[in-house]
Amino acid sequence: MKKKPVSVKGQDKNLRVKSFEEVVLGFSEAEVLEEASRCIQCKEAKCIPGCPVGIDIKTFIKRLTLKDYAGAYSTIREKNNFPSICGRVCPAEYQCRRACVFTKKGEPFASQDAINIHFLERFAGDYGAKNKIIVKADSNNKLSKFKVAIVGSGPAGLCCAGELARGGVKVVVFEGLHKTGGVLRYGIPPFRLPRNILDFEIDSLKELGVEIRPNYIIGKAKTVDELFAEGYSAIFLGLGAGIPSFMGIPGENLCNIYSANEFLTRVNLMSAHKFPEYHTPVNIGKHVVVIGGGNTAMDAARVAIRLQNMNGIISDTTIAYRRTEIEMPARRLEIEHAKEEGVKFQMLVKPEEFIGDDNGFVTKMRASRCELGEPDASGRRRPVIIPGSNFEIDCDIAVVAVGLGANKILTSVTPRIVTDKYGDVQVNPETMETSVKGVFAGGDIVGGEGTVIEAMGMAKKAAVSIIDYLYYRWPDP
Amino acid sequence: MKILNKEILADSQGISIVKITLLSPDIASKAKAGQFVVLMVTEEGERIPLTIVNADIKEGAIVLITQTAGFTTKQLANVKKGDTLYSLVGPLGHPTEIKKYGKVILVGGGVGIAEIYPVAKAMKAAGNFVTTIIGSRAKELLILESELKQVSDGLIVMTDDGSYGRKGFVTEALKELLEKESYDQAYAVGPIPMMRAVSVVTKNFSVPTLVSLNALMVDGTGMCGCCRVTVAGKVKFSCVDGPEFEAGEVDWIELLKRNSIYSDKEKHICRLNNL
Repeated sequence: MKKKPVSVKGQDKNLRVKSFEEVVLGFSEAEVLEEASRCIQCKEAKCIPGCPVGIDIKTFIKRLTLKDYAGAYSTIREKNNFPSICGRVCPAEYQCRRACVFTKKGEPFASQDAINIHFLERFAGDYGAKNKIIVKADSNNKLSKFKVAIVGSGPAGLCCAGELARGGVKVVVFEGLHKTGGVLRYGIPPFRLPRNILDFEIDSLKELGVEIRPNYIIGKAKTVDELFAEGYSAIFLGLGAGIPSFMGIPGENLCNIYSANEFLTRVNLMSAHKFPEYHTPVNIGKHVVVIGGGNTAMDAARVAIRLQNMNGIISDTTIAYRRTEIEMPARRLEIEHAKEEGVKFQMLVKPEEFIGDDNGFVTKMRASRCELGEPDASGRRRPVIIPGSNFEIDCDIAVVAVGLGANKILTSVTPRIVTDKYGDVQVNPETMETSVKGVFAGGDIVGGEGTVIEAMGMAKKAAVSIIDYLYYRWPDP
Repeated sequence: MKILNKEILADSQGISIVKITLLSPDIASKAKAGQFVVLMVTEEGERIPLTIVNADIKEGAIVLITQTAGFTTKQLANVKKGDTLYSLVGPLGHPTEIKKYGKVILVGGGVGIAEIYPVAKAMKAAGNFVTTIIGSRAKELLILESELKQVSDGLIVMTDDGSYGRKGFVTEALKELLEKESYDQAYAVGPIPMMRAVSVVTKNFSVPTLVSLNALMVDGTGMCGCCRVTVAGKVKFSCVDGPEFEAGEVDWIELLKRNSIYSDKEKHICRLNNL
């Protein structure tokens, strides 16, 4: 008889809404052994191609069953620099777990029965961190003479930096903000990715010899050409998805209407939830409406409901989404957690207008109800407005989480780097090289809003190409 | 990020205007008139934008001038020579388009005078005939008069209380001047009501007018949208699309309201810290 999956323990829902402590507690050793033993070690393991970076999942799970935790950690680290991060933020139900033999073919996301690969990865990653298992850099003489600049310290930049440093290349990471991590720091809240985990993973890069220069914007303080002139042999652009999109509806610039990026940055990066100890403010409302259905929307809603609970406000946070729960791009776990924490969901809702008071602060949102029509280009059924279905909802804080566009600070001053009509950098998908020789790119800047692990997958591919470039194409000085 | 020098330019009526010289060779070598930096005073601090008033490539230094308004500017007024700021990034935003327009008129109000200075200097260097109008509440709060005199063909000083120069608002002098002579380009920085009033005056004389907006910002690189403003009916981000826009196209009322989003919290944190 097939064994039941081990369910992961979470922090009590009444307590966790009053803090930013991590929600998912992870597996204990006993739980890891039980869950790992459910893996039937398929001859042809489908989960491995389901992973964007191709972690040898079968082997690392096998090693866990043998209590060879260090071995499991090393197996993962061969393909993934940041197992503690990915074990927490990967949408495994769309990736490795969906490919697991326990998920029926054609399901939109993983079955409950699929092996909890991500929680096993998290355990192995945390084991490696706790026991300070160091993966050493290659002392590759041929590569050690090269210096590579990485622009952006988000998932793509950090991953590429790690890969190159391990190959023996000297790496300098330029970050625009004052802290490292990109979206891992300003976007993903600490209750999903504790800051000590993030700091550990970044520190492990520094131990590999990676130099990080915060407060530095390439395209402003220095250009791509100047980097080359200073002796960098190649450049990797991990600029991320920059500019938050708005809906373009009336009243969207009223006070207390935030982009998800702004709302999350104020809290996650600037610690606005600790105002006035920290000096960046954020306003907290009685009726928060978050618009969108992705992970960012879930994060914003869960941050908002914490701010309400921590400030003695009866929580009222609503996610308004124009399709239904099935079409939501968010991780299933995040949707579940948001619900547990008291976030309300209004499906099939299309915002039409924000209404404000005399001082310019938002008070209400007017919206229409929708029904699902024919599938659109993405294959998801298109929301169609039901005529006359207009309604109003109280709203004194709104957070718009409907996507991001490309940040053009660097590309606008470097026209040789070819971009598409959205401003995304065009790359050769095989090598991740841009139209400029020696300049590579990966992550959200080359294609919309992906996930952390997809960005890392592209960064790894780029790192392989960069090493190849340095070996075979770089003109010997 | 080290503070090389700090000078109190004015301290009166509960307002101080402080000039800070910072070591930052990379920013100094790239800064152009009209650009700004984003800084944090301490690790707990907020990120605030400030215009780069001067850049000295040889010394690797930039000059910022700030007036005490909210918590962070008050904190900044208390830094000492030799201190180090927690963070400093720049130069951000588009530089002012400097070219030979012909006759250029610059209008600065309050600490906005500091922000028109680099533009006046660059406009003069580009061969323009430069007239500058500066105004403050009172004589004690007037800054950079002699510096601006050096880079202007004409300088008019206005004070609200008449304690120096002429009594009245900068817009009065502007209107009189435009009635007498024609100008090709205007540039104004100051409090929102002043910039708005300037835009009304120059519109009547069909003088194109750039203003540098002081919208609230967080990252200053286009990532958050905190600084969004409506210009000619379109949403723009001050940080990456600006900070300069055509004055007549700015939705001033919206900007004024958006800049007061955190007034209550600002008062609270100042009170808590006796600032």
